[in-house]
Amino acid sequence: MAKPNAKPTDRSYHRRSFLRLAGAGLATAAAGVFSGCDSAEIEAFFQKRFKELSREELNAVLRRLEEKHARELGREVTIRATPPNEGEVYGYGLDLSRCIGCRRCVYACVEENNLPRQPQMHWIKVLQMEKSHGIDVYHSNAYYNPETVPQEDYFYVPVACQQCRQPPCIKTCPVQATWQEPDGIVVVDYNWCIGCRCCMAACPYGARRFNWTTPRMPPESVNPDMEYLGNRPQMKGVVSKCTFCIQRVRRGRYPACVEACPTGSRKFGNLLDPESEIRHIMNRKRVFILKEELGTEPRFYYFFAT
Amino acid sequence: MNPLFPALRFRPLILLLLAATLAFSAAGDTDPADPSQVQVPPPPFSDGIFPCSDCHEYMETNPEIRELEDEHTDIHLHHGPKWCWDCHNPDDRDYLRLADGSLIEFDESYKLCGQCHGPKLRDWRLGIHGKRTGQWNGPKEYLLCAHCHDPHTPAFKSMKPLPPPVRPENLGR
Repeated sequence: MAKPNAKPTDRSYHRRSFLRLAGAGLATAAAGVFSGCDSAEIEAFFQKRFKELSREELNAVLRRLEEKHARELGREVTIRATPPNEGEVYGYGLDLSRCIGCRRCVYACVEENNLPRQPQMHWIKVLQMEKSHGIDVYHSNAYYNPETVPQEDYFYVPVACQQCRQPPCIKTCPVQATWQEPDGIVVVDYNWCIGCRCCMAACPYGARRFNWTTPRMPPESVNPDMEYLGNRPQMKGVVSKCTFCIQRVRRGRYPACVEACPTGSRKFGNLLDPESEIRHIMNRKRVFILKEELGTEPRFYYFFAT
Repeated sequence: MNPLFPALRFRPLILLLLAATLAFSAAGDTDPADPSQVQVPPPPFSDGIFPCSDCHEYMETNPEIRELEDEHTDIHLHHGPKWCWDCHNPDDRDYLRLADGSLIEFDESYKLCGQCHGPKLRDWRLGIHGKRTGQWNGPKEYLLCAHCHDPHTPAFKSMKPLPPPVRPENLGR
């Protein structure tokens, strides 16, 4: 224990002076590191995990992000953090007998979710497969570009995040920046993601995308109606993926891909509502899921309506 | 007393109710399987084509199956029905005619399509068939069959696909 009149030769004096020196050094270093940052950046650095934020702190975060994006994009935006609704678990249906592979869903998703155009990012990938081989992801082709679709002998399988019930991706995240919400949507907190891409390695459907460089998009095509866990513009070094248009579905609207599909192949609804079209599909049609043997239990159901 | 057989004094009442149900189910032109109309946007008419009676009120009806030469030459029938009168009503062109002779408006044309395409009509009513917009937990917006399928040549037209994704090795360029 330190004595009040410690002399320079006492060990407690050496410890105190060391601590004083270390503290001063740390303060200087911190001042040096943060001297170039404004208060917003310092706040961003010390932001807590999304799930730990109180409502007031969350609102402060949302306001800060709105200002930042308004500055960068040159227009007003609204960022919300809509909580999940009680009694809703979302399911998606895709009618393979109707999909013609036109990719209107892919580009509607890009517009709705403020995805970067440079470098290009598509959350939905449409795989062209041969009818004679059936579902064969390994031999599928995502880069088809014929004059017209659908082509004879081929069928088309659009793939995006399957919002699995047993998602392998959220188990691998070392910082828990991605988790599953009660309504079934697997979300990513872009501000917490460290960009390790363990989740991308874990996903068996190749649904997640990574921002290798600073993503850029033309400000005039921005969708100003944003969701914190959804379609807000991302930054370099974070992972993102389809969120079932969380900004739309929690307000009762259909995802952008459902509304864009010209053949009506895409179906969306609440799995807990027995009168929803997704439940009718599951009761009446030949429904299957991709990679069933992995036990991921996706909420994305492919079916043939014929 | 056997619970399956109603007490003797109730039997006339039950017979009366049964008779009433049978009587009312055959009355009117509402199909018991179609108790509610479906709200749809207006049919996709070409400009000025409706109401048909503007021209046809003053014209004679020609029942002969033939190639049309004067008007409606842009309509080519590649469908199950073989001739105009299989679906259209010769006496009043502002209506369509079902197989039992009853008339329906153009914005109920799904009933006509459903005569042959029954399973599709059932799927459409449930929301399984056809494009859906609106609110998934509220008023859904249905489209008429004719909005996507031209009733005269219903085969879905193929279209040019939007561009494929950039290959990963080319993404940075």
